[in-house]
Amino acid sequence: MVLVYSDDKKLTLELLNKGKELAKELHKKVIAVCIGHDSFAKDYLEHGADSVIAAEADLHTFKAEEYASILEKIVKENNVEVVLIGSNKNGKELAARLSAKLDTGCVTDCTNVYVKDKKIVTERMVYSGNAIAVEQFLSHPQIVTIPPKAFNPLPKTEGHKGEVIKKKYDFERSPSKITKVQEMKTEGVNVEDAEIIVSCGRGFKNKDDIRLVRELADALKGRTIGCSRPIAADLKWLSEDHWIGLSGHKVKPKLYIACGISGQIQHIAGMRDSGVVVAINKDPEALIFKSADYGIVGDLYQVLPKLTNAIREKMG
Amino acid sequence: MNIVVCAKQVVDVSEIKVDSSTKKPILSGVPQKISDIDKNALEEAIRIKEKHGGKITVVTVGPSDAKERIKELLAMGADEGVLVVPPQNADYSVVSHILAGAIKKIGGYDIVLCGEASIDMFSGQMGPRVAGLLNIPQITYAQNVVVEKDKVVSERNLGDKAVTIESPYPVLITVTKEINQPRLPSLMQILASSSKPIHKWSASDVASGKLEPKIKTVDIKGVPMVRKNVIFHDDLDQCVNKLVDELAKVGVLR
Repeated sequence: MVLVYSDDKKLTLELLNKGKELAKELHKKVIAVCIGHDSFAKDYLEHGADSVIAAEADLHTFKAEEYASILEKIVKENNVEVVLIGSNKNGKELAARLSAKLDTGCVTDCTNVYVKDKKIVTERMVYSGNAIAVEQFLSHPQIVTIPPKAFNPLPKTEGHKGEVIKKKYDFERSPSKITKVQEMKTEGVNVEDAEIIVSCGRGFKNKDDIRLVRELADALKGRTIGCSRPIAADLKWLSEDHWIGLSGHKVKPKLYIACGISGQIQHIAGMRDSGVVVAINKDPEALIFKSADYGIVGDLYQVLPKLTNAIREKMG
Repeated sequence: MNIVVCAKQVVDVSEIKVDSSTKKPILSGVPQKISDIDKNALEEAIRIKEKHGGKITVVTVGPSDAKERIKELLAMGADEGVLVVPPQNADYSVVSHILAGAIKKIGGYDIVLCGEASIDMFSGQMGPRVAGLLNIPQITYAQNVVVEKDKVVSERNLGDKAVTIESPYPVLITVTKEINQPRLPSLMQILASSSKPIHKWSASDVASGKLEPKIKTVDIKGVPMVRKNVIFHDDLDQCVNKLVDELAKVGVLR
């Protein structure tokens, strides 16, 4: 069996596509798991799952310890050989905890997964995007986490039938207690889906100056602005949904304009899959120019207004 | 509070050069350091100790020369160091068994602290794996930690939301880089740290049974990134016009 789980429905559909492909090659079936509800069971069946296990359990909030305890039971009961888990923050800590319980291997954030000699091989970025590690499992079950957008979901097959197994699970309770869940301040920006991103970094002196980036983004009709780590994490001039980098979001727009960004490798790791990259920086030695198709060496306070005007003229 | 901090010696990723023909990273000769986020974990441990007293032990699984890195952590404020040299084929699973074994051998711990991930591999597995092996609660991505008498309260940063969680002891906590600013030790602290003990244990001292890797690294491939690297140098108006013309030509302005 190939098991697919994420608390994010969209991500589960993407995993199902990969899961289906791996299952076919291994002559296995693919099962999707819902924990604590069965709301998405029909969608999962229509997007490729052979069956869905809807685990009924007395829990309200996510705790990796408890979810791992439930998944451990499901894996053992169903003779699961491959586990694909969505690589968001919950998914990563869940996968690692589960692999400790099952005393097996786990590889996180894989952007490629395939079968070789009946074993799973994974590829993922390491050394801040400077290399790709190719790793192969020596143990069962094989636990892999996959980030959003690594694979497309399968097209929907209306009325695709399959079994929905509803079953109650007991689990080991964690003595920890969640006391508050607070939505973080976001501006509803989705940099991962953006086609054009204008991004800002430490080269900006004041929070208000970020309007220069906004104006350029507007002129490009891209309207999406991003930033490097200091702007979101340290200065908090923009909410974290703008943050592009290793710990932030990974983006692949067709045009990426980096303004006043030095080009630390952690930032490059977040934007290296972009189509065309433009860099504006006053330091001719800035690392960002090595990762750029076009660069202007200059003061962004002078460059940006001129560039915005020129683009407005060009685009009419 | 007795605190164990897990700290990894890593290559300084910002110093990695890429072989221009194979595009593979050149890893030999790259300077080694303690993974940045593990230093945040130690800083947090020191702040807890300053407020509540106790003892801080740092554990590193790595080669013999990692002893030099442990000295830096002792200078920052850890009380004792433990170095365990792993067997040759050590994967995430092997290292987690060694760490968990070493933490058990240290014993009497209230909090285990580590970074959310190491800056070289960035897998984020080690914290939850060790917590799983020790069978204690885990709090990951902590952006603050408040220690109280019989519980720790922490806020986790999940990107779109912040979750406040409290746990009894013992507990394992992984911290983010934003939690604090690690201190730089003074010359006095560096000198004083030479009298602090560093224990060298072997993997078989701490982990029973066979330590078999579950994952094998088949290859470390290069990442070819082909960029045009056209830099405009003329006067600013000309630069801007040339750039806009190029962008229009490659079809990204529409």
